[in-house]
Amino acid sequence: MHPAPSVIVFTALSGLGFGLLAFLGVNVPDVTGMTAFIFFFIAYALAVGGLIASTFHLGNPQRALKAFTQWRTSWLSREGVFAVLSLCVMGIYAACLIFLDLRLPVVGIIGSILSLISVYCTSMIYGQLKTVPRWNQPLTPVLFLVYALTGGALLSGQVYLAAGLMVILAILQYAHWTIGDGRLKAAGGTIEAATGLGHLGKVRLLESPHSGTNYLLREMAHEVGRKHALKLRVIALLCLGVLPCALLLLTAPGHLSALLAIVLHLVGVFAARWLFFAEAEHVQALYYDRHRAA
Amino acid sequence: MTTLPQSTHKKLGLAIDLDICVGCHACVINCKEWNTSNYGAPLSDQDAYGAEPVGTFLNRIHTFEVKAADKPAQTVHFPKSCLHCDDAPCVTVCPTGASYKRVDDGIVLVNESDCIGCGLCAWACPYGARELDAAEGVMKKCTLCVDRIYNENLPEVDREPACVRTCPANARHFGDFADPDSNVSRMSAERGAVPLFPEQGTNPVNRYLPPRPKADIQTDGDIDILAPFLDTGSAGKSGSSTGSTSTSAKGLLGWLDKALEAI
Repeated sequence: MHPAPSVIVFTALSGLGFGLLAFLGVNVPDVTGMTAFIFFFIAYALAVGGLIASTFHLGNPQRALKAFTQWRTSWLSREGVFAVLSLCVMGIYAACLIFLDLRLPVVGIIGSILSLISVYCTSMIYGQLKTVPRWNQPLTPVLFLVYALTGGALLSGQVYLAAGLMVILAILQYAHWTIGDGRLKAAGGTIEAATGLGHLGKVRLLESPHSGTNYLLREMAHEVGRKHALKLRVIALLCLGVLPCALLLLTAPGHLSALLAIVLHLVGVFAARWLFFAEAEHVQALYYDRHRAA
Repeated sequence: MTTLPQSTHKKLGLAIDLDICVGCHACVINCKEWNTSNYGAPLSDQDAYGAEPVGTFLNRIHTFEVKAADKPAQTVHFPKSCLHCDDAPCVTVCPTGASYKRVDDGIVLVNESDCIGCGLCAWACPYGARELDAAEGVMKKCTLCVDRIYNENLPEVDREPACVRTCPANARHFGDFADPDSNVSRMSAERGAVPLFPEQGTNPVNRYLPPRPKADIQTDGDIDILAPFLDTGSAGKSGSSTGSTSTSAKGLLGWLDKALEAI
């Protein structure tokens, strides 16, 4: 799949933002006033910034409000609904905490749960697609949730929790890649199955529908980004888990080491999210004779 | 509303005969011509006369080579357009309700004034039947020529999809798959048509009629299978071996040979 910057930024940043909101809603860290304002500002900047980035790839963003209507069937619509709900509920919680020094624990817990549901909905936009077997596995929503929780723990300054979650995240990410590598084959993703001509013999594309490219190939048969997949996987695992984890546990806690750990983690998240899209094989590209097993 | 109907009254769709399609792309051209100038946003092209032309098409023809061991390869021309699935995943993923499946005839359509152009429906389709138009930013797909098939301003003979109307080989057929006696239902039953890519669970309405088995050519080591027919002399008279061209032709060809030699 085409690793569009807008969707990478959207899923990565809004995940971190909602992860931080989930922690802030249950009073972690225990802050009020100006400090609380800074924490909530960071969370909202990430969550809202990510959501705004997601509108950049729309063909007609002026109609985006209509996307809140189809929550009965559409995970994308649900994502929008829950994102707005959690931002509103957490907004009430944050305003009381910052300006009135008033803690509303029930509102906070509801806001935390809604934030995590938003992340789950984001993950299901991808996890629901049978057409992209690499995404269509139960680990996809788990992975997105642990990404959000790890980022949230890191941003809310929970050193040991963040370190532990980073180890779990690295293992989960590795498992998602490994299982994902076999998903296309398991889903019967061959040109013979796609064309239904397998009973006649081996199938190959003799002539493409057009000599040039098209929307389908640009959007769903992206292969350039996979060129350095292995190197990127190593970089992602080092940056999202190993290095920041070591940094947090081996250095004295402080703003500088925390900032460095966050930056490293972000680099890892972006590398992993690039691969999430770039490595994903869409079955319709089988009709263009792509995705042959190497 | 992006909830799929429990069932549809009719199941209008296409039966596409892979045995007959000659890969001429006439359906591609007529589809583009009709659908760029009628219902909805035009099907735009970018850099149409430049080095890298691209454009929106609702119907594309792939050409495959199929090769069984110990048999000559065969060519299969494979037209591909929306299959108007009963369990259309493109409809349920739509966040705005722009995509829908009609209860009356089962046609899957996009309401372009509701489409935000997110592209998720194209991702959900296993067949590559939906394309986002680069100029309009809305999703385009086969409408089964909904503006032709019910159009009383057209002569009755033209009230079928443009691709079906134009196919010079009669490889595309339009009809109601909910009616077991319809042309497309009977054709599909006779030819053992199967739904495309059933692993994806989409329950498509359209059917592909598989290529008929090819007669195996017995060559007996002689690659020129027309050779027996080239011996124009009366049988038995010639001393040359049958089944191959002799150097001294007889009959009309022999006369022609001599006449040409004399010039």
